[in-house]
Amino acid sequence: MSRVSVPCHVKGTVALQVGDVRTSQGRPGVLVIDVTFPSLQEIMFKNYYTAFLSIRVRQHTSTHTPAKWVTCLRDYCLMPDPHSEEGAQEYVSLFKHQMLCDMARVLELRLILRQPSPLWLSFTVEELQIYQQGPKSPSMTFPKWLSHPVSCEQPAPLIEGLPDPSRVSSEVQQMWALTEMIRASHTSTRIGRFDVDGCYDLNLLSYT
Amino acid sequence: MLQEESDLSLIIAQIVQKLKGSNLYAQLERQAWASLQRPEIKLESLKEDIKEFFKISGWEKKLQNAVYSELSVFPLPSHPAAPPEHLKEPLVYMRKAQGSWEKRILKSLNSMCTELSIPLARKRPVGEQKELLNKWNEMGTDEPDLSLFRPVYAPKDFLEVLINLRNPNYENGDSLSFRTHLGLIQVPLKVKDIPELKEFFVELGLTTGQLGIDDSTQVPPELFENEHVRIGQKVLAEQDSAAAQQYIRQGSPTALRAELWALILNISSQPEDILYYEQLKTNVIQHDLLVDSLIYKDVKLTASNDDYYFVFEDYLYQVLLCFSRDPSVLGHFAYNSASPPKSYIRGKLGLEEYAVFYPPNGVIPFHGFSMYVAPLCFLYHEPSKLYQIFREMYVRFFFRLHSISSHPSGIVSLCLLFETLLQTYLPQLFYHLREIGAQPLRISFKWMVRAFSGYLATDQLLLLWDRILGYNSLEILAVLAAAVFAFRAVNLMEVTSLAAAEAVLADLSTLKVMPLLQIFLFATVT
Repeated sequence: MSRVSVPCHVKGTVALQVGDVRTSQGRPGVLVIDVTFPSLQEIMFKNYYTAFLSIRVRQHTSTHTPAKWVTCLRDYCLMPDPHSEEGAQEYVSLFKHQMLCDMARVLELRLILRQPSPLWLSFTVEELQIYQQGPKSPSMTFPKWLSHPVSCEQPAPLIEGLPDPSRVSSEVQQMWALTEMIRASHTSTRIGRFDVDGCYDLNLLSYT
Repeated sequence: MLQEESDLSLIIAQIVQKLKGSNLYAQLERQAWASLQRPEIKLESLKEDIKEFFKISGWEKKLQNAVYSELSVFPLPSHPAAPPEHLKEPLVYMRKAQGSWEKRILKSLNSMCTELSIPLARKRPVGEQKELLNKWNEMGTDEPDLSLFRPVYAPKDFLEVLINLRNPNYENGDSLSFRTHLGLIQVPLKVKDIPELKEFFVELGLTTGQLGIDDSTQVPPELFENEHVRIGQKVLAEQDSAAAQQYIRQGSPTALRAELWALILNISSQPEDILYYEQLKTNVIQHDLLVDSLIYKDVKLTASNDDYYFVFEDYLYQVLLCFSRDPSVLGHFAYNSASPPKSYIRGKLGLEEYAVFYPPNGVIPFHGFSMYVAPLCFLYHEPSKLYQIFREMYVRFFFRLHSISSHPSGIVSLCLLFETLLQTYLPQLFYHLREIGAQPLRISFKWMVRAFSGYLATDQLLLLWDRILGYNSLEILAVLAAAVFAFRAVNLMEVTSLAAAEAVLADLSTLKVMPLLQIFLFATVT
């Protein structure tokens, strides 16, 4: 049977024991590990003639009460005029800050689509994709000598006639930054040639 | 709000990306380097000092105009997951319809090639090149045998395609419902109604001065005209595109029109632009395209026969032949539902390195295409500037008039807007014309496809095109078409056939555009 891993977050162990951990003598006999499912960040889909969208989620509240349905989006308008084509085939993203409830500990998601106009033969949403919070950008590890600079010694006395070295170094740094920016930029302009090596002899147009 | 901020940064990133390849970027860089000599620029506050310098010297204004131009032309960035075809046209069935229409055009052109045994493109022999260079300024005197050539398509062929456009998800049944389209267009696009049009075209209202109405001989110029001209001169002195666009909504004085249009379209004739035009001219001399014969034929059939435009025949060749060879026009296909036709170098069929676009600008002209250029000849006499203005007008507006899309300024929306306006505000006339088999769109379609060029008197046409630039929308064409029908409603109610209806509406050359628009939008009792 094939299987796919479910993304989840495993918390650190918590010991359950009677009394204070530090003062009592014995070792703990019970440990608890909590596993949580990540909170939903974004719901993305392509609309197909749906006019209004509501979303309900079934959330896990606590161990004893049964999970209940909560509305997190009510009558979100996808088509300003349900009888006309505006917004009918648009790509839509819904983010967690637009939701009425917290999107953590979600068990099930229910999308309720409404299209009041009788003119359309069918309506749905396509290419539904759900995203969670991505990893934060990896922290850079700097080499030791950058993050822990050596304490400065007394700078050597300035020689007459030469510019101040710290000023020169800051100017050079700025110029270097400018050249790096220019090098990194690239444009999407065309070259302006329509022929291939000076040749533009064509017979027929292609249909593909 | 998070969403708006990320949208804004996406728009900014896109505009920066586009402007980086432009002339303006290189000029700004040069200016920045040159400004380092100035005493007020200090290295510690380099960024702020240069920004201040740009503000004072007027370069910031030029950048503002370029950004404004990009915002007007390019659609807002859509959802990151949307593929490029979605940006061209969001509705799948319209993309498909445009694809089949294009295939028909390609087949027609290919069959013309094989029938006449003429290649699509060939290099001119040196003798022919010299000859063409000599008579560059008088190509109109040439009388090549064009009898075998026929236009690839005419507006009425395109109308038939639009009439048959259907949304497969739409209730197209025979039973009449509250939304049955009684006109020819059967797709449910969103179009504005008169209250929305009144708000959109608020500057055309009864209480605002207009050129085309308030500059007529009976009205003393102190009331409006003199002040309007003074403001126009001020706008030109400031060189501000956005202000010019707002100003021109009330019409442009004749003396200022050429400069105002150039400012709004962000065209400034730099030496690089003149060089680029000369390069295109060289391309015309070197390569002969089949499309050239189509252009010749079109000019001879339309502009040369027109009382106002026949004098500009040579200019039209100089612009249109160069236009066909301009690869920079290919950029507009990013937001045009159409796609440029492809071909392969002779003998290299299927090899991608030898794939090229044909014609180099990807635009196949149709019957009446040269009429887009003709009115501009009244404003610009220098060929490279005339060329630049036409090219910008095409990639901003005219391309929408002959491609199938759901854009509010696209021809499909214009047709639907026209029919809806007529049906809602002149229901008796609409019903009568429909009953006698004279669907109004069959008569007005050719006006809208050509943006009324060749149908109105030139001064009236230029006043109309002022508003197209001012509102950055072609919807005014549909409103004018409906206004013309409203104006001649009494005569039209008496006709009993399509031919008679056409006769009533055959001659629009005496019409005054602005009073018609104003009355239809703001003074009709509904």
